[in-house]
Amino acid sequence: MSKPTPTLDRRDILATLFPSTDDILFITGLAGSARDAAGLTNDGDNLFTMAGAMGAAVPMGLGVALAAPEKQVAVVTGDGELLMNIGSLASVATMAPGNLSIVCIDNGCHGETGGQTGHTSNRTDLVKMAEGAGLASIMVLETADQMEAAAKFLAETPAPRFLQVRVTDGPPTDFKRNLNPAQCRTRFRNAYLASR
Amino acid sequence: MTDTDKNAWVPDLLNLFVDAGVTFFPYIPDAGNARLIELAEAHNEARPVLLTSEEEGVAVCAGADLVGERGVLCMQSSGVGNCANFLSLVKGGGFPILMMVSMRGDYGEQNPWQYPMGQAVEPVLHAMGVLTFRVERPEDLKTAATAALSASGKGGQAAALILGQKFLGAKAF
Repeated sequence: MSKPTPTLDRRDILATLFPSTDDILFITGLAGSARDAAGLTNDGDNLFTMAGAMGAAVPMGLGVALAAPEKQVAVVTGDGELLMNIGSLASVATMAPGNLSIVCIDNGCHGETGGQTGHTSNRTDLVKMAEGAGLASIMVLETADQMEAAAKFLAETPAPRFLQVRVTDGPPTDFKRNLNPAQCRTRFRNAYLASR
Repeated sequence: MTDTDKNAWVPDLLNLFVDAGVTFFPYIPDAGNARLIELAEAHNEARPVLLTSEEEGVAVCAGADLVGERGVLCMQSSGVGNCANFLSLVKGGGFPILMMVSMRGDYGEQNPWQYPMGQAVEPVLHAMGVLTFRVERPEDLKTAATAALSASGKGGQAAALILGQKFLGAKAF
């Protein structure tokens, strides 16, 4: 079954999905999703972005969600990063944290390394994989008229949630974030611990 | 040796972990951590997290650290190989994560598949900046575990407690 051609621009997505970001802890994968989330939060101290360790975003978000159950936690990552450690969706389903959302910005390619074709441009269906893993709530966002419903999905459905956002292969948000992981760890940790 | 004797060290080790503030036990099942995970399941202050690949546990522990909690990643020696690139996050970010590695391919091993990774455990961990504390005799356990907890606690280092096959007993084939 062929999929509709994506029309959404990834740079327009996150601000609608997360109208208020201050009370959410964000963990992102590397590359485009990190830049989009850094643009959303102005590289805030409630954000930890990666620029390596591909595949670590979902399990790191799981660790945060389990250890900070009073906070909402959002993982923002890409299709390539997610697929590199797709088994972590099973770990999320088993632990079933009630405060974790996973937003996969699926551009169907490896944008950071030159736009090489990814599996989701071929036969792979991330929603079926998330369903198979056993996540509680799952949605696909692929047209502009679904944006409000997707924001509501993240705010109101039972977690753990999985939102696949099908976007064009255009560029991510133009934002230069802090790439020093030790500074980013300290910044995030200090801000969280001071807020408790 | 009865099974009870073989696992006699486990309750004390769990208590050491929990008393040091370790609450999360991400794991891939192994004979060498089976009893620890069973006891952790039954403990009010311990929370096992079943993984699909050991590398996930590196990230789970790092995530817990971001909000001030501690975990110990429990895995067989073969899993250390799966963790290598995720240890970039640990080394670069200064995440003081703790691991417990139950050895295969070490002392008395009869499965040839276990030797290559078993023998590479400490070189790989050292290459990625993880300190190792080895247990070969029952009397080593408390001091090695305490040292690993100190290193990964106030010491701020990534550390691994290595349970040797001489200590655990080699699996018969």
